[in-house]
Amino acid sequence: MSKRAIVPFGPQHPVLPEPIHLDLVLEDEKVVEAIPSIGFIHRGLEKLVEKKEFTEYVYVAERICGICSFMHGMGYCQAIETIMDIKVPERAEYLRTIWAELSRIHSHLLWLGLLADGFGFESLFMHCWKLREQILDMFEQTTGGRVIFSVCKIGGVRKDMDADTLKAIVDRLLVMQEELKSLTDVFIEDYSVRHRLVGVGVLSRQDAHDLGAVGPMMRASGIAQDMRKLGYAAYKYLDFEPVVEADGDCYARTLVRLREIYQSIALIRQAAAQIPGGELEEKFKGAPDGEYFSRLEQPRGEVIYYVKGNGSKFLDRVRVRTPTFTNIPALLKVLQGCELADVPMMVLTIDPCISCTER
Amino acid sequence: MVEQQTIQDITVDDLVDKAVLMKGQGYRLVQISCTRKDGFEINYSFDKDYHFMDFRIRISEETEVLSISHIFFPAFLYENEMKDLFGVKIKDISIDYEGNLYRLALKTPYKPQTGVKEEA
Repeated sequence: MSKRAIVPFGPQHPVLPEPIHLDLVLEDEKVVEAIPSIGFIHRGLEKLVEKKEFTEYVYVAERICGICSFMHGMGYCQAIETIMDIKVPERAEYLRTIWAELSRIHSHLLWLGLLADGFGFESLFMHCWKLREQILDMFEQTTGGRVIFSVCKIGGVRKDMDADTLKAIVDRLLVMQEELKSLTDVFIEDYSVRHRLVGVGVLSRQDAHDLGAVGPMMRASGIAQDMRKLGYAAYKYLDFEPVVEADGDCYARTLVRLREIYQSIALIRQAAAQIPGGELEEKFKGAPDGEYFSRLEQPRGEVIYYVKGNGSKFLDRVRVRTPTFTNIPALLKVLQGCELADVPMMVLTIDPCISCTER
Repeated sequence: MVEQQTIQDITVDDLVDKAVLMKGQGYRLVQISCTRKDGFEINYSFDKDYHFMDFRIRISEETEVLSISHIFFPAFLYENEMKDLFGVKIKDISIDYEGNLYRLALKTPYKPQTGVKEEA
């Protein structure tokens, strides 16, 4: 009979940029159960809403995460705008969409690099991050910031992009797309990459649904659900379909994110071609009185901003349900029965963001 | 485009029945969250094909709520979170961290603290 042992994984581990802990119950080299432990960096940002006015809280929301900071601010603003019935100008909606898609490209390239690093492919890691650097340059050029932008505000945006800037971004992205193709070939074809990812950590379609998986984790298991199809910001004007793979393994999750980079480039091209002129923001008066669940598709999946106002400048509640938090049960499922050596790949392929999880 | 959302008040006794109903109809659990409002207001949100449904219970701080983690497994995380941050009394959670999901300096920090001076 196999002897059981418990191996702690994290909170410090080479594949973990942020702290999460798993107690892995092993029978020989096989994981029979995984028990998660989080809370190493819980910051209580939701409680700050008691001390910050609703217009100031945008800055707090943006600081939940350094990767999808723009989309956090956008999710919060959308909730307030819906409650207060503020009509955001179309141009601002397009600009938000462009920054959101640039954030997705940046996040997926960051993740691809971390994945490559995780299976020991250092040069692939460096190429991914070299491409990502160009997106950060675009952020800096258009917002002044590389991580926190502070361009999203309730009612619209603070900064514009002129036609030349938009053209330069699209041209740069098209060049980048060519460079990305050579990286894509490596991720798809390379023996060592496939060996580490194909058939590893399979999440069935039914489990993805039942365990509440979101984002690429869910779409890699064959479920075509993408919150951008709700039509927020300028997505209602753009033509796209969710990227879906069927196999549900680590390789499928990688393919979904790779394909989503191309999709984001296509969406930015569409948005840059269609963006109308006009104002950047709608002025408003008063304070939110009501509630709304604002749902967005972040790089890691569906994020929810629940905002409840009482008619004063201080809100009753802001609650952020982040994608990593809801992907943890699916991670526990795929870990059951896997080899200990595959655990880092599985943890990486949910693209964990602990800053978001422990907002 | 504003997403249409349905928010329905239910009693705490109806919660498990509603969860079973949602499960049977193929909804997924989207989130559970708690708001302090003369006791607690707890929202249980579900989604199916972009159709968002929210059920809300309003309870006193002393009321015990039955976990729905035996119906929707992911609920265990949300329920532990509410227990840690607000001190909501929830029983029969499938994986119960007994108030230790988060490592907190203060017990139930989202609940009004007695004897703790808050900064202005």
